[in-house]
Amino acid sequence: MKCHQCDKQATVHLTQILNGQMHKMDLCESCAQAKGVTNPENLSIGNLMENASDVPEGSDSPMTCESCGTTHSEFKKGGRLGCEACYHVFRPVLDPLLDGMHAGNKHLGKIPAGSKSRVQFEQSISQLRSQLQGAIEEENYEDAARIRDQLKELESKEQANVEG
Amino acid sequence: MFNDILNDDFSSAKGPKAIPVTLSTRIRLARNLREFPFPGRAETSQRRAVLTKCMEAMHDIKDLDSSYAVEVDDLSELERQILVEKHLISRELSDMDEASGIILSKDRNCCIMINEEDHLRIQVLQPGLNFSKVWKRVDALDSNIESEVSYAYDGDLGFLTACPTNLGTGMRASVMMHLPGLVMSKNMDKVVNAVNQLGFAVRGLFGEGSDASGSIFQISNQQTLGESESAIIERLDKTLQNLVRQEEFARKKLLQDDGRRLIDKISRAIGSLKSCHLIQSAEAMDLLSLIRLAADFKMLPDSYRSTADRMFIEIQPGHVQLAAGKPVEPDDRDYLRASLLRQKFAKAPFIKTDG
Ligand SMILES: [Zn+2]
Ligand SMILES: [Zn+2]
Repeated sequence: MKCHQCDKQATVHLTQILNGQMHKMDLCESCAQAKGVTNPENLSIGNLMENASDVPEGSDSPMTCESCGTTHSEFKKGGRLGCEACYHVFRPVLDPLLDGMHAGNKHLGKIPAGSKSRVQFEQSISQLRSQLQGAIEEENYEDAARIRDQLKELESKEQANVEG
Repeated sequence: MFNDILNDDFSSAKGPKAIPVTLSTRIRLARNLREFPFPGRAETSQRRAVLTKCMEAMHDIKDLDSSYAVEVDDLSELERQILVEKHLISRELSDMDEASGIILSKDRNCCIMINEEDHLRIQVLQPGLNFSKVWKRVDALDSNIESEVSYAYDGDLGFLTACPTNLGTGMRASVMMHLPGLVMSKNMDKVVNAVNQLGFAVRGLFGEGSDASGSIFQISNQQTLGESESAIIERLDKTLQNLVRQEEFARKKLLQDDGRRLIDKISRAIGSLKSCHLIQSAEAMDLLSLIRLAADFKMLPDSYRSTADRMFIEIQPGHVQLAAGKPVEPDDRDYLRASLLRQKFAKAPFIKTDG
């Protein structure tokens, strides 16, 4: 197997994802090192995406993370996000990437103990919201009022938790 | 203190002794703290705050009793290189110049990197193929740390990481394998393809240029989201056990089909190691690979397997300079490397055959 960049024997074999498309990539040790992928612990599409010709220069979309300042074009170029909030901001461009990159798009692994209550809380909120939406669409105002009260109660509880 | 770590004989660290084919198992978890930007986006003051928080969080963890903690910029270039060559830290971490840290457990099998690409990279390794033991330890360590800090986590996306390739479990499980049979029988390309199809990455571990010197490869999961840790590990484990069988089969076939050539190669490797005066690391890796193979074939005593494993590390440029106690030019390194190997293999028996 030859290196994609030069003619040497390829020893680093990667699957690279560009714009949701899978690409196989074989590199020799020196080219891999030049691209910063020498350590498999750090295997990352970021450094590989750097040279992607299909990232148009200066076509910065207005998508920017207000929390850390990461812009869409920075993400496209570097392949890295800057903070937690980035995951919300870039979710629309991230989702198709994740589809090509991973086995699925929903986390099925470990849940940190400290997040269990928070995760449950977020799940019940979103459940109630969709129930509320349904009730309103069916013009079932009695249910809607009840669900709205439940929501209010849950949210004020969370508010108290945050402040306390 | 640090000198102890550098000079420590790692392959004699607690745990099972070296076995054929599988050198070591490793799992690392990528984690970030809530409310701090990831290291690549953080100000120095934020990185420092994260470093302090993490160091404090690990202070009372029992598994890390009497562990060694250091800031990367307190280490010399050579010391960093040594840790990279021992596969304890990444090259990326060794290049960090401010507010990055390392915590290394007393038994050296657990190494935590702070402020690498993510706030935390928690790694546990173990000789041989043993995912369940390694997972148990890294999982417990992670939970203990999490009881002290809050992780960046999303119900849908799991653990949030700087690079989306690590998203979800944040887990990279890998095994270092010695596959000379598959390399010599020219089956490695086929194997790489098949393993890639299953979502696992294969890379040669040592050597610059040419092919994977020493026939040592690292195989790891590429996907981290959409599958639980145990499902990923189970799939990888199955694949690796299959790979071990294929390697064993390839070795048997080489011995049956062209045993004389194989024995010739191994005998020449023993001869070269006993008598070399200048040797580059790539060549040395290939000779050591044949020594490990000879031990697996019982052509050499078992102890030569661990000698080979130790030498794979000790012939690297950083280690050669550490032994010399001073910076050494490449030509002189080749000389020092050769004398080390000559000494280690002085008593190695030659292989006797009937002919
Ligand atoms: Zn190349
Ligand atoms: Zn951000």
